[in-house]
Amino acid sequence: MLEISRLQFAYGDLQVLWGVDLSVQQGEIVTVVGANGAGKSTILRNCSRLVKAGTGAITFQGEDLAGLQSHEVVARGLVQVPEARRIFPEMTVVENLRMGSYLPATRPDRQRNMDRVFSLFPRLGERRKQLGGTMSGGEQQMLAIGRGLMANPKLLLLDEPSLGLSPLFVKNIFEIIKQINAQGTTILLVEQNVYQSLHISHRAYVLETGRVVLSGTGPELLENAHVKKAFLGI
Amino acid sequence: MIVFFQSLISGILVGGIYALIGIGLTIIFGVMRVINFAHGDLLMLGMYATWLLFKYLGLDPYVALVVTMPLLFLWGALLQKVIINRVLGALPQNQILLTIGLGLIMSNSVMLLFTSDYRILTTSYSSSSFSLLGISISQPLLYSFLVTVAITGVLFWFLQTTDTGQAIRATAQDRDAAQLMGINVKRMSVLAFGLGTALAGTAGALLAPTYYIFPQVGGPFTLKAFVVVVLGGMGSIVGATLGGVLIGVTESMAAVYVGSGLKELVVYVLFLLILLFRPAGLLGKSRA
Repeated sequence: MLEISRLQFAYGDLQVLWGVDLSVQQGEIVTVVGANGAGKSTILRNCSRLVKAGTGAITFQGEDLAGLQSHEVVARGLVQVPEARRIFPEMTVVENLRMGSYLPATRPDRQRNMDRVFSLFPRLGERRKQLGGTMSGGEQQMLAIGRGLMANPKLLLLDEPSLGLSPLFVKNIFEIIKQINAQGTTILLVEQNVYQSLHISHRAYVLETGRVVLSGTGPELLENAHVKKAFLGI
Repeated sequence: MIVFFQSLISGILVGGIYALIGIGLTIIFGVMRVINFAHGDLLMLGMYATWLLFKYLGLDPYVALVVTMPLLFLWGALLQKVIINRVLGALPQNQILLTIGLGLIMSNSVMLLFTSDYRILTTSYSSSSFSLLGISISQPLLYSFLVTVAITGVLFWFLQTTDTGQAIRATAQDRDAAQLMGINVKRMSVLAFGLGTALAGTAGALLAPTYYIFPQVGGPFTLKAFVVVVLGGMGSIVGATLGGVLIGVTESMAAVYVGSGLKELVVYVLFLLILLFRPAGLLGKSRA
């Protein structure tokens, strides 16, 4: 579904990605784990074309994304929930969700998708009129994921959804991600919470200073000596 | 007491037009983070368009709005698409130089075409007024105010409830996140600059029956728009509305109670005082 090959990228003189190969098949949860600064978010920002194109190729459902602009990528069904949630602070919960289905092709499903979001996150349903900027971190994360779902994603890119959340909430968020995947949405997840994310992943990649150093199924990597030492502190 | 209410009413009527100018500038700033120093010159274009339509076609300035508003919208959209979109990621000083340059080109082109003579647009009601409870109300200013209220109302409705309006707000609040929603932010910029230009042009049209029309008329209005927007909080539309009316009332009160030569002084002292205590403006949010 998504194929990334030999992706290289630099912010000015700072080389961040050194030839990353990565693929996501339909129906999977694939995770990229790695430390802060390893280049995880940069991969997603390349997919969504939020940065100037690096070298190497990214294809989604057989189509090269090189010539597309961000909003055109979204129209293809490749939807990103960005790091730090990026909720529209001066808009209500409902308005934020409406923006998720801004594209005309998704508007007919708006009501149905909104009902789905409210059933996944009952808390959002209780706060329809609340301004996004006044919500807690956990609620904002729910809203960000819900807003992503409004766009009818075929592949949902999630950038650090557990960042800054309480431990209880973290568990909750990973449950929800599993549930969204079970309902038919393919997921590419980028996480620092290695233990939780490997647990729910079909496959995963370990990224270190811009290179993929390991890949395998979630359970394999959980047992891997390097992963245990580097990330799990065992 | 009657003098107080008289200057209050006059201030509010003029303040409505200031608000319109400010709202245009604040929409442009909110969506693009570009301060449009050509704003007053766009207002001047609105004045000239109204004057030409009146002189050659005999169109009433208020009726002419159906022509001048779309015309100015298209002009602004064109400027954005062809020129300003290129500098969106550039350094602020480059953006400032570009908009100042555009303003100079517009005012000087108009000077070339129509000379720098002062024009006046005299309608049958230009200097008429009526009396309400002892307060005299200028007829053209009242019309202008009513048009301002109507336009502001429609604008609020558009921004609050339509998908396109919400997308403009979303782009202003978080440009990257808006792109991730599938919003074409370049198109929103074109729309925002078109809207801002149409509002400036409308303000020009509304001022035309009561103001001198000349190519350099825009400069002071650019400054005033900037004050209105900073006062209300950069990017806040409600703030700009409030700021506009506040400046209008302050000017009018100062002219009566302090002296008309000193009204600008009072406005800027108030401006500095407010910024001293609320650096982000009345309704602005400070960016930490």
